[in-house]
Amino acid sequence: MSEAVREQKDFTNAPLCLSGKGVTKVFGFGDKRTVAVDHVDFEFHEGEFVSIVGESGSGKTTLSKMLLGLSNATEGEIYFQGKLRDISNGHKKKEYWKGIQAIFQDPFSSFNTFQKIDTVLLDCINMRGGKNLSKEEKTKLMTEACNFVNLKFAELTNKYPFELSGGQMQRLMIARIFLLKPKILLADEPTSMVDACSRATILDMLLNLRDETGMTVIFITHDIGLAYYISDSVYIMEHGKFVEYGKADEVILHPQAAYTKRLISDVPKIHEEWDLSTVDLKADA
Amino acid sequence: MGKVMLEVKNLKTKYVTRFHEDVYAVDGVSFSIEEGKSLGIAGESGCGKSTLALSMMGYYFPPLHYMSGDIIIDGKNISGMDPDTVRKTILGSEIAYIPQAAMNALNPTQKIIRFLEDVIHAHDPKKSKKEIREMAEARFTEVGLPLDALDKHAVELSGGMKQRTVIAVSTILNPKVLIADEPSSALDVTSQKLVIKMMRELMEKGHVKSMLFITHELPLLYNVTDDIMVMYAGQIVEKGTAKEMVFDPIHPYSHGLMGSILVPEEGTRGQKLGAIPGAPPNLKKPPDGCRFAERCKYACPECFYSSIPERPFGEGRMYRCLKEIDELKEVYSHE
Amino acid sequence: MKNTIRQVFHSPKFVGGFVIFVAILLTMIIYPLFNPGNPLQQIGVGTFAKPGTYVSLYDATRAQTETFRLPEADENRLAASLTDEDRVAMVEYFTAVGVDITDLDTSDTDTLLQMWEDNYDPSVRPKGMTGARVNYFKRLNNSLQDLKGGDTVIIAEEGEDGALLESKSISTTDYVRTGAVANVKTLPLGTDNFGRDVLKELVSATGTSIGIGLLAGVVATLIGLTFGLLAGYLGGFVDDFIMFITNIFTVIPGFVLLILISYSIGQEQRGAAVVATVIGLTGWTWTARSVRSQVISLRNRDHVNLSKLSGHSLLRIILTDILPYIASYVVMAFILQVSSGILAEAQLSLLGLGPRTTEVPTLGLMMNWAMLYSAHTNGSWWAYFPVILVITLISFSLNLMNTGLDQVFNPTLRD
Repeated sequence: MSEAVREQKDFTNAPLCLSGKGVTKVFGFGDKRTVAVDHVDFEFHEGEFVSIVGESGSGKTTLSKMLLGLSNATEGEIYFQGKLRDISNGHKKKEYWKGIQAIFQDPFSSFNTFQKIDTVLLDCINMRGGKNLSKEEKTKLMTEACNFVNLKFAELTNKYPFELSGGQMQRLMIARIFLLKPKILLADEPTSMVDACSRATILDMLLNLRDETGMTVIFITHDIGLAYYISDSVYIMEHGKFVEYGKADEVILHPQAAYTKRLISDVPKIHEEWDLSTVDLKADA
Repeated sequence: MGKVMLEVKNLKTKYVTRFHEDVYAVDGVSFSIEEGKSLGIAGESGCGKSTLALSMMGYYFPPLHYMSGDIIIDGKNISGMDPDTVRKTILGSEIAYIPQAAMNALNPTQKIIRFLEDVIHAHDPKKSKKEIREMAEARFTEVGLPLDALDKHAVELSGGMKQRTVIAVSTILNPKVLIADEPSSALDVTSQKLVIKMMRELMEKGHVKSMLFITHELPLLYNVTDDIMVMYAGQIVEKGTAKEMVFDPIHPYSHGLMGSILVPEEGTRGQKLGAIPGAPPNLKKPPDGCRFAERCKYACPECFYSSIPERPFGEGRMYRCLKEIDELKEVYSHE
Repeated sequence: MKNTIRQVFHSPKFVGGFVIFVAILLTMIIYPLFNPGNPLQQIGVGTFAKPGTYVSLYDATRAQTETFRLPEADENRLAASLTDEDRVAMVEYFTAVGVDITDLDTSDTDTLLQMWEDNYDPSVRPKGMTGARVNYFKRLNNSLQDLKGGDTVIIAEEGEDGALLESKSISTTDYVRTGAVANVKTLPLGTDNFGRDVLKELVSATGTSIGIGLLAGVVATLIGLTFGLLAGYLGGFVDDFIMFITNIFTVIPGFVLLILISYSIGQEQRGAAVVATVIGLTGWTWTARSVRSQVISLRNRDHVNLSKLSGHSLLRIILTDILPYIASYVVMAFILQVSSGILAEAQLSLLGLGPRTTEVPTLGLMMNWAMLYSAHTNGSWWAYFPVILVITLISFSLNLMNTGLDQVFNPTLRD
């Protein structure tokens, strides 16, 4: 931990990439009615690295599904690049998905285990309109993408994704994003199932990817330390609502909301003492 | 120096796969824990830390097999005992074990008090139900668990509460060693704090004599245990106090691991993280030389074939590397 | 894929079932090569000829004879002529006249006859015996005397004037080689009620029944798979609608439905293929339900989401991202469907609602015929028992294969 601190850029004047007003998701009816996401507003700027932090059950995964267009919002509007997002039919959805892509939590279930790695990568090239490229050009693109994530394409051909380790699979996912070059990358806890060492590699690659392509990265995590390390701005989510948001430094170092304060104080740290003396064991009862 | 509660000497265990291949998951591990102390084990998934926990209980079932070494609990060697004796005389009273998904291991049809009866009856079948209830109520009050939880089913309790109940049940016989394998990883940070606080109380009140804590979350380990061992590919690569290990790691692997710590503290934002490329070696055929050599930035040709001994230094510290300490510190300072 | 197949063939259960099934299939293919011809041809006139080798008596009298003096020939002849009924009657007589029969073995013809010789006295009327019974024993005694006497059989021919002329006399020591007889027929399982070769019929019926099972299995699996995939993947209204239909089919007992449909089709239209299709049409609900639940758990998996994000079409997602994951499951369901299809055909035919009876034999039809002509009450076991055995074997082998596959594909069942 000796290298220079990455400087905090200001994105407030950058054009909006994805924003939402009053986005709500309700599951069930009557007695079983649960509001998973409750009228949230957000503004993600182009090139920004945003984290959405929440504990399990806070609604962050439901929100991510709505952002991706995999499920519809019950209420509210989502704007993509300044225009109201329209995903009312299959064709429009396809267009939208050229602009937004995702990396999921569990690398082992993210790949179709019956498809070879080449197939996965070729698919990305075809989606970007590279169907008519020559075989050499395609191989060149795939090699480039693999190099970006420190994998050797020559060793991956004819292999299946399950032959790789969890960390390698997540890197392959990043290679996929590298080929697709979407406007927005939504990363849903991409490091929660990989080791600390692979985690560092993956985070570095995501940052490089952002710097190189200027894409917006929406990073969903439960780990506030991780969110602080990687993001430009942070949204703290509790019970389907954003209780606090702003620049990473401001939110983490000077939290205002009670929930944020509690979350930060409950995380074990190494320079500050992790205070257990105030914990009341009977409080949970 | 306190009384040694748990001593493990050169323990070796292996898994036998379905295709009859041996996987040497724990390969020559030695350490000891004194009374009132807690020891943490850190390492990547697959490094053998959970297998070490299972091996230490002496509770061997295929595919896990005991090979050699000693496990001495408070002067009593339990290695090589048959699983049935271990279950009756060791588990619960000498060693308590809390696996990661412990809270999901409770039979949903039984009330909590039944688990306590099971644990106590395994060692003292004569105890009456009334005595057991008194014991349980005393302990539950002490650790701040509501007494009505005793007559509830596991499903009626929240995740954090369930995990704390499991800990209370498994430590009711005041074990000498508590082995906790990722006891709070599946919980929210708030529940995690309660679980840790409760374990610490049990230690402070002397109900649990010593603790072995296994987790991949380094900041948690740093805050919970006195000493930390770093495990890699079935071996201990470095050992020291929590502070020494986090702020002054010697082994290149520990150095990388500690460099990857992420906490919400000023100054951590945007710093370069210690990343280690590559994957751990295949333990079916462990390398002859240093097991970390393949991924080590500082490896020299000799590292790949000469066997690396444990090298003690300082006060009870140890590392497993060919390079001298000064040599390693020198390279780290230039990074 | 290769690895999976290797694992499958390492499962003793699967291999056991597979070997039995292949053996049945091979018999079906090879047997007709040695014994060609129409399996429904009536080779006999009477009903239920016992299993065995039949020698033409006419040809035997004309075949070249050899003279043997085999030591046990007389005894064997006597033993074969003395029926079980006669033996029991003899014992009854001995008991009535108060002879000690404690050590008597009724299968020992020699001793039995000797005892009869020693104890039978036509003038004595044992106490409590009816006149009719006494006369019966007189007749029995006469036939026993006939058996012992007479060394030759004379074959006579009708002369030009209508008088009988001796053409050949057959001595007890005359033998003919079976190879020298012009017409010998071996019927390992005898004949059925219409005088048809049961074994030949059985082999042909097994083929037809397996065919019916396969067709029924294919129909049921295709319908179940399509419905299950659509209901599971699309969800919502489609799911509700398909599940509504599935529930209706589940609630009405399948077999009742099968009977009603078969009946309404009418005897003339019911060929083997039609019956198989009908069985398939009523048996798909189970597959649909289980495929649906599998697909529901798959459809929210990340790889499916990722495929959607890659802009793949519905058909492509179902074919490449869902189907391969449930393929092993579908194969197992198919095997069970085949097995239950064969059983359903047997049940239907037993009730007389199977394929019409004139074209092909099926296992069910054979049972039906055997039952109609009371094979089970008149002791003609060969007309139905081999059929039951074959049905059991097919069912057993298919279920064994299924269990084997289940153990390979379902990790929780591995030991």
